[in-house]
Amino acid sequence: MGQIIVVTSGKGGVGKTTTVANLGTALAQIGNKVCLVDADIGLRNLDVVMGLENRIVYDLVDVIEGHARLKQALIKDKRMDTLYLLAAAQTREKKDVTPQQMAELTEQLSREFDFVVLDCPAGIEDGFKNAIAGAQKAVIICNPEVSSVRDADRVIGLWDAQAENKSPAMLIVNRVRPKMVARGDMLEIDDMLEMLAVDLLGIVPEDEHIIVSTNRGEPAVYHRESKAGAAFQNIARRLMGEQVPIMQLETDDGIWAKFKRIVGLSRG
Amino acid sequence: MLDLIAKVFGRESASADIARERLRLVLVHDRTNVSPQFLEALKEELIGVISRYMEIDEENIEVALQSSEHQVALVANIPVRRMKRAAVAER
Repeated sequence: MGQIIVVTSGKGGVGKTTTVANLGTALAQIGNKVCLVDADIGLRNLDVVMGLENRIVYDLVDVIEGHARLKQALIKDKRMDTLYLLAAAQTREKKDVTPQQMAELTEQLSREFDFVVLDCPAGIEDGFKNAIAGAQKAVIICNPEVSSVRDADRVIGLWDAQAENKSPAMLIVNRVRPKMVARGDMLEIDDMLEMLAVDLLGIVPEDEHIIVSTNRGEPAVYHRESKAGAAFQNIARRLMGEQVPIMQLETDDGIWAKFKRIVGLSRG
Repeated sequence: MLDLIAKVFGRESASADIARERLRLVLVHDRTNVSPQFLEALKEELIGVISRYMEIDEENIEVALQSSEHQVALVANIPVRRMKRAAVAER
């Protein structure tokens, strides 16, 4: 049985879909059979980020309602033979699916795949409840800013409140700008971890390659020079149980900032 | 003097500290609002501890979080009926 992992955040626009695409691709690159599930019914996006938008015939709701078999609806990735996507329905609503149905579907997928990674919609309503229903693990995505951390705290609370035997939530801090952290203008990772009382799965730096790769529909993990891509590859290995040290983010800030740190005037 | 140096070097504008403080307060508020059971559980345990030392009017206990702009305080009003002799003697 494979792992069923939901990627969620509460807040929108923090990088859930980007994380699912990159993490899924990275997991496939290191030899796993991976299925990505877009649980954002009505607002599908994962297909576009993966560059698979023209290949969708059947979607998740078609499978649940019995209009298509699961095998028919799974879309094979362009590059990786072991990576598949189950797209969200675009013209339906979140309430057309129940948590029970989602749990059954992901359980079925986990029999064939090493990893089932769910892209959860923003918010904490029906779509969120559906997406977390079948998951054993939760990866919380959060940006280093007040509103995002606040929403992450709420989502962690809801995850923990579930009765079943679920693993504790893990945090990915996304879109970190090392220079801003160095000059004290961005929340520090340690402070966020302390306040959220959660384990760190990874830190992903802000990276222009993400925008370029989304434009092209090719996840950033394919680009060697992408720091965010490298961070996602590390996270994939951590999910496999490997001990991979957290990447040290370079600030490239020269002698002035270093001096400020040395004399203790900047939190470095 | 140190203040001046800090200003010159730009530490005063470090917004991460402000963000951390605001976040800390927001989370205190959010977490207590989310669970009414939280205050109930706290009240039960308080009664347990305090009853070892004094007899209290359990019916009329008030426990609440009061928040102002800069802090959140736990305010408890616990009417005492009688001090227990043993607890007094030990002191």
